[in-house]
Amino acid sequence: MLLIHCPYCDEQRAEIEFAYAGEAHIARPPDPSALSDEDWSRYLFIRSNPRGRHHERWRHIHGCGRFFNAVRDTVTDTFEATYKAGEPRR
Amino acid sequence: MSGFRLDRGGRVDRTRPIGFSFDGATYRGFAGDTLASALLANGVMLFGRSFKYHRPRGLLGAGSEEPNALISVSRGPGRHTPNQRATAIEIYEGLTATSQNRWPSLKTDLGAINDRLGMFLPAGFYNKTFMWPRSFWDKLYEPLIRRAAGLGEAPSEEDPDHYGATYAHCDLLIVGAGPAGIDAALEASGTAKRVILIDEQDEPGGGALDDPALWSWLSESLKDLAAAPNVTMLSRTTAFGYYHDNFIGAVERLTDHSAEIGSGPREKLWRIRAAEVILAQGAIERPLVFAGNDVPGVMLASAARTYLHRYAVAVGRSVAVMAAQDSGWRDAFAHARAGVNIAAIVEVRETVTPALLDEAQALGIAVQLGHSVIEVHGRHAVKDVTTARNDGTAVNRLTCDALLMAGGWTPSVHLWSHSKGTLAWDEALGAYVPDRANENVRCVGACSGTWNFGSGMVIDRLPTPRNQAKIKAFVDFQNDVTAKDIDLAVREGFKSIEHIKRYTTTGMATDQGKTSNLNGLQIASKALGRHATEVGLTTFRPPYTPQTFGALAGHAQGALFQPIRKTPIDGWAEENGAVFELVAQWRRARYFPQAGEDMHAAVNRECRAVRSAVGIFDASTLGKIEVVGPDAAEFLNRMYTNPWKALEPGRCRYGLLLREDGFITDDGVSARLARDRFHLTTTTGGAARVLNMMEDYLQTEWPELDVWLTSTTEQWAVIALQGPLARQVLEPLVEGIDLSPEAFPHMAIREGTICGVPTRLFRVSFTGELGFEINVPAAYGRALWERLMDVGAAFGITPYGTEAMHVLRAEKGFVIVGQDTDGTVTPDDAGLDWAVGKKKSDFVGKRSLSRPDIVAEGRKQLVGLLTDDPAVVLEEGAQIVADPDQPIPMTMIGHVTSAYWSEALGRSIALALVAGGRQRMGEVLYVPMPGTVISTKVSGTVFYDPEGARLNG
Repeated sequence: MLLIHCPYCDEQRAEIEFAYAGEAHIARPPDPSALSDEDWSRYLFIRSNPRGRHHERWRHIHGCGRFFNAVRDTVTDTFEATYKAGEPRR
Repeated sequence: MSGFRLDRGGRVDRTRPIGFSFDGATYRGFAGDTLASALLANGVMLFGRSFKYHRPRGLLGAGSEEPNALISVSRGPGRHTPNQRATAIEIYEGLTATSQNRWPSLKTDLGAINDRLGMFLPAGFYNKTFMWPRSFWDKLYEPLIRRAAGLGEAPSEEDPDHYGATYAHCDLLIVGAGPAGIDAALEASGTAKRVILIDEQDEPGGGALDDPALWSWLSESLKDLAAAPNVTMLSRTTAFGYYHDNFIGAVERLTDHSAEIGSGPREKLWRIRAAEVILAQGAIERPLVFAGNDVPGVMLASAARTYLHRYAVAVGRSVAVMAAQDSGWRDAFAHARAGVNIAAIVEVRETVTPALLDEAQALGIAVQLGHSVIEVHGRHAVKDVTTARNDGTAVNRLTCDALLMAGGWTPSVHLWSHSKGTLAWDEALGAYVPDRANENVRCVGACSGTWNFGSGMVIDRLPTPRNQAKIKAFVDFQNDVTAKDIDLAVREGFKSIEHIKRYTTTGMATDQGKTSNLNGLQIASKALGRHATEVGLTTFRPPYTPQTFGALAGHAQGALFQPIRKTPIDGWAEENGAVFELVAQWRRARYFPQAGEDMHAAVNRECRAVRSAVGIFDASTLGKIEVVGPDAAEFLNRMYTNPWKALEPGRCRYGLLLREDGFITDDGVSARLARDRFHLTTTTGGAARVLNMMEDYLQTEWPELDVWLTSTTEQWAVIALQGPLARQVLEPLVEGIDLSPEAFPHMAIREGTICGVPTRLFRVSFTGELGFEINVPAAYGRALWERLMDVGAAFGITPYGTEAMHVLRAEKGFVIVGQDTDGTVTPDDAGLDWAVGKKKSDFVGKRSLSRPDIVAEGRKQLVGLLTDDPAVVLEEGAQIVADPDQPIPMTMIGHVTSAYWSEALGRSIALALVAGGRQRMGEVLYVPMPGTVISTKVSGTVFYDPEGARLNG
C-alpha cells in the first residue's frame, strides 16, 4: 500500500485514504464546440500511458477531499512529487 | 529400516509425550516436535502421493520449503485445513492428520497407474490432448483431471473460527529470527528504534536451532531481546508479502498449535508499516537432479541435520550422502558424530579440499569422488542406491536406507523481490542474490548471499550413463516436473523462462518453486545453450507460503463483510415484515408481504393501492447534494443537460447528467430553494459518484465558480406519498404550505412544517400518480412515517417497496439509470432528448452528442415491448432477434432492460434497448429462451396514462 503526500494537508498518508483520478494536465477545452471530432476524441480518449514518469491526479477522498497532481514512476510506483491543482506541471 | 529417535539431544521436551494420529494410526511424539519429525521418529517415511504421477513421497525438507509432505488437519466441523506442510505442523495432544491425493490408501494408491503411463503424460499433455471437442472440457476433462491430480479437499462447512487483524508501525522490521536477524535485533535494541522481529517458526533461532554449539548464545540473546522494551518479538508469524513503501503483510498463527482452540482468534493479520526493513530469511538448500531423487528417504542434507540436532531424529540407520557442496560433507560428519552410520559420501566433484577428506577418514566414512548416484532402489523407502563414476564406469550398489542431497544454496529473496529490489547472478552460488534495493531495506545473513556456504559445484543434473530422456529426475517435486519435461519444452520452442514455467508448470505449485526454481533455470539454460542470466528468472509473488482465506478476510465476513446502510425507517420496515434487497450498500424494503402472500401477490396489492388510493414509500436512500453559492445555477447549468438559470425558486426540474463522452451517468429531480441554493437528488447508487464528479469539475475545471457542495443524503429522511388520496392524507399534518393544486403545482417545492417538524416538501411523482416527497431531518423520519400510517389508515394507506416502485415507474416509461441504461446510452437513445437544453452552448457531454457514432442511424433505442401472450413476463437481460429462424449464432439486435407484470394493465410490460427501435413501432420481434421463442410487439415506452392526467389526482 502506497504512502501518498497530500499537498493540501501536507501529510504523508496511506493509499486507502485516496482515490486515483486519471492523467493530469488534461484541461477541458474552453469551447468544445470549436473542436473537430478528432480533436475532441483525442481529449476524451487518448492518454499518454508512459513507462516511467506519469503525471496523474489523485483525490484525498477520505481526507480533505481535494484533487491534486502527482508525478509517479509507473515502473517503480515511486512518487516523485505531489502538488496542488493549478500549479505548473513538474 | 527407517528413521528413529536418538537417545539424547534435541530441543524436544522428552518429559512431555504427545499422542496424535496420522491416517488413522496413533503415534507418540514430544512437545517441540513437528508432525514431520514425530512421524520420522516413529519410522514413517511415506507422507504423501505426488500431484500428477501419484508417486510415493516422503520428506524433502524440514521447514516451510517442503514440497512433498502436504497434509490435511481436521479438528471438527469446518475446521479442516488441507495442504499444510508436515514440517510446519506442530503436534498437540489429539492432532488428527491425514495424507492427501491417494485412493484407497497411502500405501496402495490406484492413481499410481499414472506413473506407469508417464510417457503419455509429458509437459503440456493436458493442453495438447483435451482441446477437442471444446464442449468436453467443462463437463468431462476438467473434473476428471481435477479428481486425478489433486491437493487436499477444501472444507465444505462454514469456518467457525474468527480472525483478528491489526496495524503496526515501527522504525525497524526484521524478518527472520535466525542468527543474522537476532544480531540485527540485538544491535537495534540498544537504540531508540521501535523494533519488530518476526519469525515463522514456533521457536526463534532459525539455523541456530540446528547447531547445538549456538544454543547457549541463542538463549542468552533471546533473553536480552525479551528484556528490551523497544523490541517486539512475534513467533509463528509469517511475513507473506512485501508491498509498497515498506508495508508488510504477516499472519500470526494463534491456535493451530494448541490442543485447546479456545475462544480467541485463530490467526491474526498484521499490516506493518516500517521505516526500515531488514530481511534475514536465510537460504534454502537445493536438491540434486537424478533418477529416483524423489523416493521417500531421499532428502536435503540440511533437513536431515535439522532433524538430527533439533529433534534428535536420525533419518536412517545407514545414511548415504550425495554431495556437490562442502556443506553436504559437514552434514555427514554431524551425523557420524551423533552415532548415525554414514554409508558413504558420494561426491560429484573430482576433488575436494584435503581437510574434508581427512575428516572423513578420521570418522571412518567411505568416500566416492567423481561419482554420482544414478538410481535409487525401493518404492516406498530407499533400499539401496546405484552409483557410478561420472564417466559411466564403476557402477556399483551402495546399501543405505536414506540418501541426503547437497546441491547448493538458494538465498531466499522472495520478499526482497516483492519489494522490487533487483537481483544479481552469483556464479559461485549458481543463484540470484539481492542487488539494488527499491525500498529502505537490506538483506543480512544467508539471504544476502554473503554467508559462508563453503565451496561447491553448480550442476544442472548429475551425470548418468542412462538415457536422460528415459529417466524421471525430478526438478519440481510438488508439481511433478522432471528434467526431461523442461528439455521437451525447450525442444518444442519455448525460450522464455516465463513460458517454460507455465508450459511445464515448474515452480507453479503451492511452494512456488522454493526448492526447484534454480534447478529448473539451470536445466533450461543448458538446453537453450544460453547463460542463466540470459534466460532470466520467474517473478516472485506473494504469499511467501499459503495463507488461509480467513486470515486475509479478517473481520470482513458475514454481517461485517461490508457496511449495510439503513434508513431511519428501516426498523419499522423490519418490524412490519418487509422483505429486503440490497441497493448499492443500502438495505431497502422490497415488498411488505401480508399473511399468505407471495412476492407477486404483495407487489400487485401494493401497486393497486397506489393507483387507487395512496401508497407510502421510503425514498430516504436517494442521493442528496446541497448546492450553495452565487454561482450555483451557473454550475448546474454546466453540469446537467437541462437549462437551470431560468428555474424559479420553489420549482423543481428533472436533471440529466452525462459524462463527457455523452452517455447518461445519472439523473434526478432537483429543486431550487433560493437564487443561490439547490436541493439536488441523485440515484441511490450514484450519490458518491456524482458528488465526486461535481467536485472534480468545481475544483479543477471551474475553480472560479463560487459554489459549495455538501452531501446531505443521510441528513434527510424522505417519505413518498403517492396516489389519488395523497393530498388528503397530508393536508391536516402540514402547516405553512398551501397544498392546493393552484398554489402547489406538480414539480414544485415548498418549505414549511409537518407535524411540527421542518420539511422540504416536493410535489413530484415517480409513479405517475399525484405525489409528494416529504423531506424531514433524518431523526424525525420514523415518527413521521408512523404518524402518516395512522392518519392514512382511514384512506387505505399501504406501504410499498422497491419492487412495486419499479413496476409503477415502468408503467409510466420512467427509466432507471443503470438498469435501462448501461453507460453506452445517450439522451436520444433513451428517449430523453426533451431534457437536453437545445439553446445551451455547452454542458458536460454536449460536444460528444454530435460525434459521428452518436448521430449515426441504427443506434439502440429504448422502446416498450408487449408480448403476444400477455401472461408471459420477459426476462430482464434476454436478447432480442428479428428472425427467430436464422442459424446460430443469431444476430442480436437488443436486450430487455426491464420487465414486469403490470397489475394496472392486467398484462406484462417490458422496456428494451433495440437497434433502430423507434423506427420499429408495431414490429414483431422475438426473444429466444431455452426451449421456446417469445414473440413480442414493439411499442412506445409509456404504457399507462400517456396523457399524464393522473398527476393531478
